[in-house]
Amino acid sequence: MLGTGILQGLLVTAKNFAGSFHDPARYTTLEYPEAKPVLPEAYRNFPFLVCDNPDDPMGTLRCVACQICEKECPPQCIYIEKSRDKKPDASGKPQIYPAVFAIDTSVCMGCQICVEVCPFDAIKMDQVYEIATADRYGALVLDRAQLAKPNTYFHAIHPTEAAEVDARLAADRQAAEEKARAAALAKAAAPAVPGNVKSAVAPVAKAAQAPEAAP
Amino acid sequence: MIPAALPPESWLEQAPLLARDAVTGLLPQSWRWLAGSLLEIAALLAGFGLLFAYLTLAERKILGRIQNRPGPNRTGWFGLLQPFADGVKALTKEDLIPDGADRVLHFLAPVVLVAVSLLGFAVLPFGRHLVAVELDAAVLYFFAAGTATELAVFMAGWASRNKYSLLAAMRALAQLISYELPLLLAVVPVVLVTGTLSTTRIVAAQAGWAHGFIPRWHVFTPWGAAGFCLFMVAALAESNRSPFDLPEAESELIAGHLTEYSGFKYALFFMAEYFGMCALSGMAVTLFLGGWGAPAAFLGWIPSYAWFTAKLLVLLLGFIWIRATLPRLRLDQLMRFAWKFLVPLTVLNLANAAGWALTAGWTGPLQLVRWAVALAAVVGPFVVLGRTLSAGTAPRIYRYA
Repeated sequence: MLGTGILQGLLVTAKNFAGSFHDPARYTTLEYPEAKPVLPEAYRNFPFLVCDNPDDPMGTLRCVACQICEKECPPQCIYIEKSRDKKPDASGKPQIYPAVFAIDTSVCMGCQICVEVCPFDAIKMDQVYEIATADRYGALVLDRAQLAKPNTYFHAIHPTEAAEVDARLAADRQAAEEKARAAALAKAAAPAVPGNVKSAVAPVAKAAQAPEAAP
Repeated sequence: MIPAALPPESWLEQAPLLARDAVTGLLPQSWRWLAGSLLEIAALLAGFGLLFAYLTLAERKILGRIQNRPGPNRTGWFGLLQPFADGVKALTKEDLIPDGADRVLHFLAPVVLVAVSLLGFAVLPFGRHLVAVELDAAVLYFFAAGTATELAVFMAGWASRNKYSLLAAMRALAQLISYELPLLLAVVPVVLVTGTLSTTRIVAAQAGWAHGFIPRWHVFTPWGAAGFCLFMVAALAESNRSPFDLPEAESELIAGHLTEYSGFKYALFFMAEYFGMCALSGMAVTLFLGGWGAPAAFLGWIPSYAWFTAKLLVLLLGFIWIRATLPRLRLDQLMRFAWKFLVPLTVLNLANAAGWALTAGWTGPLQLVRWAVALAAVVGPFVVLGRTLSAGTAPRIYRYA
């Protein structure tokens, strides 16, 4: 009958009106400055530099200024200057560090290529979005002090990726230690058989690895 | 129809009169009538101005809720100061007048529109003692004054010298004049049954309760229910409200006759629209919903103006609800709906009301016959006309392109 469609329509809007007071599915507005959205883990926008010690971010940057990201960056928004000296990194090994590391966020397109190519897991994607500024030029170029964020922050925003990175770094460090230990053992064993180094090192290295691998 | 002995009135019922007398009492006798009238005008302006302000807020909040969002909620507590912020904004905006516009008419249009749309309030009985002007031909006056809004709308469209404004004004004229007819024809049955054009006497005719509990409001009779629905549909169109807001069809006509208006003049147009809506709703309350009468005898202690306000607000919320639900009509659909559907139904309803008035003396089983015939005279034409008119056009089957 004529008019029933209108009544059905009125019912739909009435349901929406009533539902907006008790049903979250019918009231989807998030009142932004007070309530922040829960970002999906894969959300990314600009890169940041991972440091291992939040109390000394500049001293414990993982970045060794290898400049791979600078060369790979499609819009060329990364600028790096290598240091002249070396500083010990997190594991105590002396490394070159970035004396200047700047990212122009007005140019960055968030492609994540810098993250993909970094061999040191030193640069990762951030989730900041409240970065509006009144200064179009200076304030949009972030220096290394602004870019450095602790590993704990990385865990907070990308837990899965961070856990995977930490596990890999730990495994690498362990492998390096074993290698060093094996090298030390080989060095110790070397004077005994000076002529045949290779045949002497191999069994010793295996013997050293075996008890470690058991647990 | 009027109960022989009116119940004793509470001071609340008398409060507006007492307040008026307290103020006019300060003046010499010969000035009192003038001061009283001015006070009534001031009260009407203040009351309906505030109602307009909060109606815009209510509309935005309710539309928001219906569209799954909160609506304005930042200015003041729950957005309660939003209308005033809007007012300040409208006042401080630049008032632009197009080069080619007729400056005088361009200025006059919103002023005339607001002035004319305020006239209707003069004859609405807001309460037992609250009617600004007691006219014998109040209903006639109300609709005669209301018709002048069409002039102002066309004035705005013409004076703007803008093709969208002019097209919209022509549309508005076509729409307003077309719907004037069903609007008036829906009112005639009330005049016919009550035998008076005075709004106060029409309200008095609806006093009392049938069988002790059903109010004798016209809306509870078959012709009254039909007349009320027809009146409200025509009122929607008369006040340019969705789904009949063609004169302001944004997608086709920018803002219609408001295109060249900015700042406070633009706000005046909106004010007039809401005043018109309020006036027509108030008239519907007076004609069909028993005016200021209480729905049940035991609720009589609540002052009459509170009942009028409550009924008015219900109708206004209905306007908002309909706006949130229905899409806009096309111009040809609008015309067809008025001339082929509403006008025949209102004429038939007039005949129905005449039959109802003639059979007023029927009692006993004849009452049932009277009701059955009257109901059939309402439902029958509605179904038949609806079927014939929508044959071939509805239900519409949607196909993906």
